[in-house]
This record gives sequence, structure tokens and C-alpha cells, in this order.
Amino acid sequence: MSATLADAATGDVSAITGFVADTITFSNVDGPGNRFVVFLQGCNFDCVACHNPQTIPLAIGEHFRTSVADLLPRIRRAAPFLRGITVSGGEATLQPDFVHALFSAVQADPELARLDCFVDSNGTADDATWHRLAPVTHGTMIDLKCFDPDIHEQMTGQSNAPVLHSIELLHGMGLLYEVRLLILQGVNDDPALLRRTGEWLASVDPAMRVKMIAFRAHGARPHEPALVPPSHEALEAAAANLQVADLQLCLV
Amino acid sequence: MHEFQERARSLVQDGTLSYDQKLRRLAALATEALPYPALSADCQEALDKRVICDMFEGHAPYTARYILPDYEKAVRQGLAYLELPPPTNLADALAFLQVMYANVPSVTTYPVYLGDLDKVLAPFVTDDLTDDDLDAALRRFWIGIDRMLPDAFVHLDLGPHDSRLARSIFRVERSLRQSVPNITLKVDPDLTPDSLVDDGVRTVFETGKPHFVNHPMMVADHGERYAAVSCYNSLKIGGGAHTLVRLNLKEAALRHAGTADEFLTTTLPRYVELTAELAEARIRSLVEDQHFYDTHWLAVEGLIDIHRFSAMFGIFGLAECVNLLMQHDGHDGRYGHDDRTNAYAVRLVERVAALVADRPMPYCDGGNGRCYLHSQSGIDLDEGVTAGCRIPVGDEPDLLQHLETCAPHHHLFASGISDIFHMDETAVRNPEAMVDIIRGAFRQGMRDFTFNLDSNEFVRITGYLVRKSDLAAIEATGAARHSSDHLAAGAEANFHLTQRAVKRIGCHERDPR
Repeated sequence: MSATLADAATGDVSAITGFVADTITFSNVDGPGNRFVVFLQGCNFDCVACHNPQTIPLAIGEHFRTSVADLLPRIRRAAPFLRGITVSGGEATLQPDFVHALFSAVQADPELARLDCFVDSNGTADDATWHRLAPVTHGTMIDLKCFDPDIHEQMTGQSNAPVLHSIELLHGMGLLYEVRLLILQGVNDDPALLRRTGEWLASVDPAMRVKMIAFRAHGARPHEPALVPPSHEALEAAAANLQVADLQLCLV
Repeated sequence: MHEFQERARSLVQDGTLSYDQKLRRLAALATEALPYPALSADCQEALDKRVICDMFEGHAPYTARYILPDYEKAVRQGLAYLELPPPTNLADALAFLQVMYANVPSVTTYPVYLGDLDKVLAPFVTDDLTDDDLDAALRRFWIGIDRMLPDAFVHLDLGPHDSRLARSIFRVERSLRQSVPNITLKVDPDLTPDSLVDDGVRTVFETGKPHFVNHPMMVADHGERYAAVSCYNSLKIGGGAHTLVRLNLKEAALRHAGTADEFLTTTLPRYVELTAELAEARIRSLVEDQHFYDTHWLAVEGLIDIHRFSAMFGIFGLAECVNLLMQHDGHDGRYGHDDRTNAYAVRLVERVAALVADRPMPYCDGGNGRCYLHSQSGIDLDEGVTAGCRIPVGDEPDLLQHLETCAPHHHLFASGISDIFHMDETAVRNPEAMVDIIRGAFRQGMRDFTFNLDSNEFVRITGYLVRKSDLAAIEATGAARHSSDHLAAGAEANFHLTQRAVKRIGCHERDPR
């Protein structure tokens, strides 16, 4: 996570706008430490288990339009208590200009410059987007819905090939903070599949930080058949199957 | 006399009190047979109506309320009164301290300060001692403290520097999960590593301890030799507080007819002076009539010095006070939620601080001849009034707003202020986030920081800790091993801080009646 920020934009980016669904002043579940989180509107996945489905639609109203200048005072107010900021979604990388402008503005602001800037993403951005964001980004958290391509497509409507590629790319760039696996009971928790997943993740980084998140029905849309939140025991069993090499697993 | 007898009888016949608990309460009752220190009629009336409060310290104070012996000096020079030579190894040092603790008085009858143990014991932690040896020795010592000093106001301090002792103490805390001793970690942005604050945060997740204090701010007010003791009382080591008196701001507001601005120049100064009069009468009784500092062995051996003492001037009920006064002015803002109300609250506390700073007080060299201002965190009989400068339980705004409301008051309270922040279970998986918030709180000028996990077995009542299981036992049987548990039960019933309960651990912040 040692991005050099030397070439962070220095021009006035505060007028640049994005479509922002919501912000959270203090979050302890969106990256290292206490963070201000900006949820961007619009996602290119349509996950069955999404717990923020209202942030999926891309056909967005003007009332979501928010400028960097609108966000900065809110971040400044919370800044003394923060380690950093995170952009999440929706899918943050669908609005790379806005993310770049926000991170650049934070780093150019004397009160905010000590905050680190993280992206929480579904990992579908192309190489050009990651290279564009890299100079102003300190870390990324990438969701891997499923290592199996067919199951991934059932869960998200999309291929997982770009996600796997992003994980490798970001690790190579020193920007991969954590990979997140959402565990859906009976969908993506097959022991053999989890073992293959763990082996692949460890082949990228044997000490990778992997957060295993139990699906929770709260916020998710109704589904037929009903999605089952895994029990704590089921999550622990899934973790045991995934554990390879020195992977640092964190269960949520 | 008949009432006195009835109270004595009900104590001796109370099947829910242990022998020791009866003994201590009878001793407190006995001083009521003596006349109260002389007060003016106005002061007496304010005391009778509970606008001002003496914390039920008794009619004839014969010990300082809070005493902070210089334990580092004690282990260097030995104790003549207790016939103990200076210890030369860890086992001897722990035995030495255990004996000394049993002979340190306070208003609770138990010592409220056990030392900055990482410094006191540092000379005895040699390289040949393994961490396992250290943990085992401290574990035995810790069990002794909890069983022999069963009072949640028994308190020790650690930090701001990292040490093997601080790490060992946190390990022992997490494994034993006792409510005694209470602990403060001193935090300095330059001296305290994140990893030690993190270790403290992880210990809070298990035991509700430690409490965190802003070391540079404390040093600016008290010098390097200070400690937080009992619950949130920051005082000088080798000194302490003669007494604690407190002003119920809500009751003062209820007796005010006029604007909020006028309160600051009429009613408030009047009650501040009556509170100060009460403090002065009690100090003079302790020093001039009972001659505590001339006769107690800690003073005789130079382990406390009257010149490092002052008295604590407490206030509480700020929330109700400012809400009432804003209503008088036709403004319906609530403390913690409204900028105008919050700004008025800061003005009010600044006014109290200025009045206390203008009121000379005898025998208070520790505070440059003035009382220390203290945001008093409540006692079990308080009902319908919020502790100190806190936002009422259940009415707390979001965390950032909560911090912003509290922070401007903290620098004014040299002898401590407490705001308790409640965290949900997600905090456990990200202790770094709590470290960030603690660091930020101190960056924003907060002096004290305490947080609780909603799911924790340990609950802070007014400032001290009790276990929910102990409270449940009191509910069932009426009996408790810790004397503070009984207080917690009363406070819980009045404040709804948790659910109800009973106990083994004691606390002094209690109506003895």
C-alpha cells in the first residue's frame, strides 16, 4: 500500500461531481481503522445477495449529484477521528473521475492529507482505470463473489474473469488491502470450491488478508429460493476449508 | 436518637450485608452522632434540599476522601510504620504493596489508588524473569486485590510508556475478568505506541477496562506526577483530594426565575459560593479538628504531603439545567442536539470554572489555593438528573455529534470528566477504529475517554464497573461480595443503566441511609 502520491492532481478539482447515494461519518467495517465512507450510486453487478440494492441502478437522478466541494466539509468535520476515507457503492470505479478528484482533493487539503484513501470495489474495473486511480489510492478491498465462473455468473450476472485479474493486478501494484468473500449457504460454500479458492488466493499472496462475510438477509431483496444466512458454525467450517498457507482470515 | 438507633439496628440485622460491609457502614453512621461542621443557614438549607451535596462523607471527616500515596518512594525507602524494608525482588515488592494497600485509608475505607504499577514495579522486572513468570505473579496479586479490596473504586494507572508490565497486566486482566481493580491508561501522542492503545482497547472488549486519559493535558494541569483514581478523578501523586462536594445544576436551575443569561450572574454564583462554603467547612474539619495530616503515618513518612492536596468541586445535571433554562428563554433545543443549547452549556461551565478559580480555598496548595473542578459522574440515589456534563442516557446523538458536544468542556475539569461512549459489537473486529477515535478525542481536547461495548458482561455504572451477573445475583438474593455492587444496584434502578442487580464489590458513592 505504498502508492506514491507525487503526481496527485494539484489543480482545482472541487467542482467535479459524482452520483453519491449516501455517506457515513464513522465506519469500522470499511477498511483499516475508523473511516468516512462515500457510497456511490450505480453498479454493473446485480447480485442476488446485495444488501444495498437501492444503490444498483445506474439510471440515476440529478438529486444524487454531489460535488467534491460538497463532501470536503463533511470529511473535515470528522477528520480528527479518522484514519481514512473509503469510496464504496454501488461500484465506485464506475465513476473514476470523481473518485480521482475526491482523493486528490483530500490529499491536497492540509487538514485531510494524513487520511488514507481506499476503494471498495467489485473488481471489474479495467487496467486503465486502476492505473489512473493508483497514484491517489492507498489501498483497495475487492469482493470475490465466487471463484467458480458459472456460480459467479449466477450470483452476479457477470463473469469473474475481470475480478480475478484485478486481484492479481492490484496485488502486483501493492494496492490490495483485502479480498472479501460473501458466503451464501448452499451457493458458494462447497468445501472443494473453497479449497480451490484458498489455493488460488494463496498463489497470488500467501499472506493475503481475506475477510469472510456471512450473508445477512437484512437489506437484501427477496429471492426464490430464499437465501440462507450461514450460521457461525457454517462460517467457521467455510473458513477451515478456505485456509491455505498463511492466509489471514477474518470472519464477519 | 430513635432514628439513629433504627438505622443502626437495620444495618446490624441486614442479612444481605457481609460482616465487613456492616462494620464499615456502622462506622460511617457513627460520625452522624457528632455535629456537622458549622454552616451558614443558606448553606445548610441548600444541603438539606440536596441542591448541594457532600457525597455522604459523614459529619466529621477523619480521612481525606482520595489519597494517592507515592508508592515509588515507598518501595525505595521502606515503611517504618509497617516495619517493612525496601523490597529487593518482585515477590517481595508485591507482598510489600499488598500490606501497604491494607493501610491506605479513603472515604470508601479501601485505597482508591494502587499506584502507577508499571513504574512502581519496574525496578523488580529483571531480564531473567520470563513473561510467563510475570503473568503468574501478577495473576496471584490480582486475585488478592479483588478478594481483599472488594471495591470497584480501587484503581491503578499505566502508561504513557509501553512496558512489559503494562502488557502483562492487560493479559492478566483479560484472563481473570474481575471488576477490581479499575484501570486507567495514560495516552500521549508521542510516547504511547498505537499497539499499546490497541492492547488497551482489546482489554476493554473483555473487561470494560481501562479508561483512557489525555496525558499531556493532565501533565499541563498537575505536572508529571498525577494519576486517575477511583472513577475519573485525576489528582496529584503524593497528594489527593480532601473532599468532594457537588452542585446539582438542575436543582439550581429549578430555583431560578429569569433568563438563561441572568442565571450566570445571579443564581449560579450564589450556589457556587454555597458549594464552596460546604467544601471549606469540611476541609477545615479534616485538617484543623481531626488533624489528619499531622497524625497519619503516610504524612509522617512523607508519602503524602498536604501541599499536594486540594478539594474537588463537582457539578452535575448540566443537561437538565441548560434544557430548563433554554425553555425559560422560549427555545426548545436539547443539550447534545442543538447548537445554541450546546454553546450555552459551554458558557455556563466556563462561568463555573471562573467562579471556582476566583474562590480561595484553605489547604488547597495542590490546586494553587483553589478547588479542582470536577464533572461528577453520579451516585446511586440520583434520579431524574444526569451525571456531570453527560448527555442523558438514551438521548445520545450520533458519535461524532456526541464527541463534539462533550469535547469543549474537558479542558476545564482538571480533576476529571467522564462521558461514556457505547459501541456496538462490530467494534470488536476493528480495534484500530477505537484507537483512531481515542487519538482523535485527545486531539480535539478531550481529557478522559471511556467506552463500553453494548454486549459486554461488564457495565460502567457511574464510572466504576460491575458485572451483569453480579447485579443479577443481587436481584435474586440481595447480597453481594463487592460493596460497590450495592451502589450499582441502586444506580441501575434509578438510571436504567442496564437491568437491575446485587453485589460483592463496593463503592462509596452511596446514600448510607
